[in-house]
Amino acid sequence: MLQINHLTTVDAKVSLDDVSFLFEAGKIYTILGRTGAGKTELLRALMGLNPLSHGNIKLDEKDITEEPIRARNMSLVYQQFINYPHLSVLDNVAFPLRRQGKDKAQAQALASTMLATVGLGEFLQRRPAQLSGGQQQRVALARAMVKQSRILMLDEPLANLDYKLREQLREEFPRLVADNAESVILYTTTEPREAMELGNTMIVMHNGSIIASGAPAELFANPPTKDTASVISDPPISFVSGFVRNHELYFSEGHLAPSEGLVLPEDGPVTIALRPDAIEPDGVFNAKIGLSEFSGSQTIIHLDFDFGRAIMMVEGIETFAAGDDINVSIQSEHIMLFAPDGRNITLRNN
Amino acid sequence: MAKIVLENLGHSYLANPNGEHDYALKPVNLTWQDGKTYALLGPSGCGKTTMLNIISGLVSPSHGRLLFDGQDVTNIPTSERNIAQVFQFPVIYSTKTVRQNLAFPLECRGVAPARIRQRVAEVASLLDLDYALDMPARKLSADQKQLISLGRGLVREDVSAILLDEPLTVIDPQMKFMLRRKLREINRQTGVTMILVTHDQSEAMSFADEIVVMKDGLLQQSGTPEELFSRPQNDFVGYFIGSPPMNMINLEARQGVLATDALSLTHQAPTESSTLLYQMGIRPEHISLVDDTLANIGVGIIKKIEHLGVDGIVTLELAANVLIKAKTRKHTEMTVGTTMGINVRHNDALLYRDGILAP
Repeated sequence: MLQINHLTTVDAKVSLDDVSFLFEAGKIYTILGRTGAGKTELLRALMGLNPLSHGNIKLDEKDITEEPIRARNMSLVYQQFINYPHLSVLDNVAFPLRRQGKDKAQAQALASTMLATVGLGEFLQRRPAQLSGGQQQRVALARAMVKQSRILMLDEPLANLDYKLREQLREEFPRLVADNAESVILYTTTEPREAMELGNTMIVMHNGSIIASGAPAELFANPPTKDTASVISDPPISFVSGFVRNHELYFSEGHLAPSEGLVLPEDGPVTIALRPDAIEPDGVFNAKIGLSEFSGSQTIIHLDFDFGRAIMMVEGIETFAAGDDINVSIQSEHIMLFAPDGRNITLRNN
Repeated sequence: MAKIVLENLGHSYLANPNGEHDYALKPVNLTWQDGKTYALLGPSGCGKTTMLNIISGLVSPSHGRLLFDGQDVTNIPTSERNIAQVFQFPVIYSTKTVRQNLAFPLECRGVAPARIRQRVAEVASLLDLDYALDMPARKLSADQKQLISLGRGLVREDVSAILLDEPLTVIDPQMKFMLRRKLREINRQTGVTMILVTHDQSEAMSFADEIVVMKDGLLQQSGTPEELFSRPQNDFVGYFIGSPPMNMINLEARQGVLATDALSLTHQAPTESSTLLYQMGIRPEHISLVDDTLANIGVGIIKKIEHLGVDGIVTLELAANVLIKAKTRKHTEMTVGTTMGINVRHNDALLYRDGILAP
């Protein structure tokens, strides 16, 4: 169990602002945030690489805030595949075990088992430079995992890989880290889909703070704030301004918005959030088509309403010309409402 | 503006290439129309960057010719090709203002100051950067910096094509979406041909009118996103385009038909005896999961449900060790362990012989 209390840094590129969390062993935590949200700074602070101006870190009730890096029982995998270029793949992975004092035969035996787990059993004697990017990152992952550290941290480990390699490693990830099943695993990413796919718990960071956490599907369905909704939605969520008057919901230009099934707040301004599944072809809302893009068997249509921009996704391959008018409907069961202070105030009466 | 023709164009980095495998780009014939958007797509080492470097003039091809509007430019230096380039990382003068950055290429060419002012204003408005003209370029976000890199190419009025070498790599996912829209708008408004190099199939699909898929220096398939998606010519294109990849289910010849225990969809078996590998390719997007009594090609047990937001991916086991993935929006209503029926339209189940789409 890893507990962090009020972690605050001031000297780093991005400052952490009073970050507290309790991480349980045996779970994978994905830390999602945009560039500059503080994800890397959090990992570096845990490692002891960024000095804390406030707060403490406890591993199994023991305060390790002042412990030197080597004594912290943590491993970190970086975005750039960092390996020892002059060592063979096998010795790259055996190296941390040798440093822990294991004899050569024992270290190499453990290393070769770990390399087999990550699918590199045939490449033990190669140099890292003789491997592809995806294989080099597997070496780095194996070296981090072989130590069986209590905390395994991965900082955007797939960011420098090709799309398809990323897809493959995401698919394999639960199996790759199976040997570290007793560890706390922290995994940072800028990609909402990656965070949802890999995390048991998803943590959302923004401006140096944790702004939400929870089970990925639950957090996606009910983001507590507008910032959270924005960070976890890909394709992007659209926020348009609106208001409530006499138990009716309106878009800012005065169009009545659908609100069936919604419990509306008191009269006043609200932000109406539209995800692609909230908009469907045919209906009473008129929009101009900004752009239509193809994505697999779906067509992504960027719409310009007079009350704002939003995205619609329709099944099948449809050609919509930019600049054309289109009529669409908006589904109240898929819209969300946010208060002026950013809180999610969506309430449904079922 | 230019129509670009690659005529039997190939390249080996070796002085005396000995056989096909010595070619980083195996000879290829392609024609790109003026004003359209193209994507060169493939994994690392597939030859896409070599192809781009030949077009920009950074690499002189060992084979064939490159034509811009019918004119042979194969041996013309980069500076005379009227090509603008945007790279993976923004290339800007960070101490200069946005205005100075945009004006610089024109100043180098001795364009009159009044004309420079006019062009810079036009391009800034096209990029939605009017408000930032007098800000130092370093103050802008990564996506805005990429727009400036692009703008420095666009200010010249003689640009034949814009080459984009993985320009969205350093941009966060949601901003990628906006930047892609901006690129398409610029293409539409200016009519300048754009060629994007990427390893990201979703980026290629949404950006390009036409995609060139490459692997090991060899052209795999060139066509519209729709063609590549619905009729991949080989198993590599089926794998590389689409996420998750196309499902490939092995078939065996029995009593005149190609079939599998896993699904009931069948194809006519060849009359001559054959040792080829037969597979059925089905896109995860083309599978509808229904009540098991309504299945048209088979049933499977749900093994895994992945929540990706609006969409989800459901993995089903059809038979021992035969898995199939379906993409759906109804994943939130499903549970692991239940049996679902699988519906696929006949035209969406494609037959592959040794990895090649059967005619």
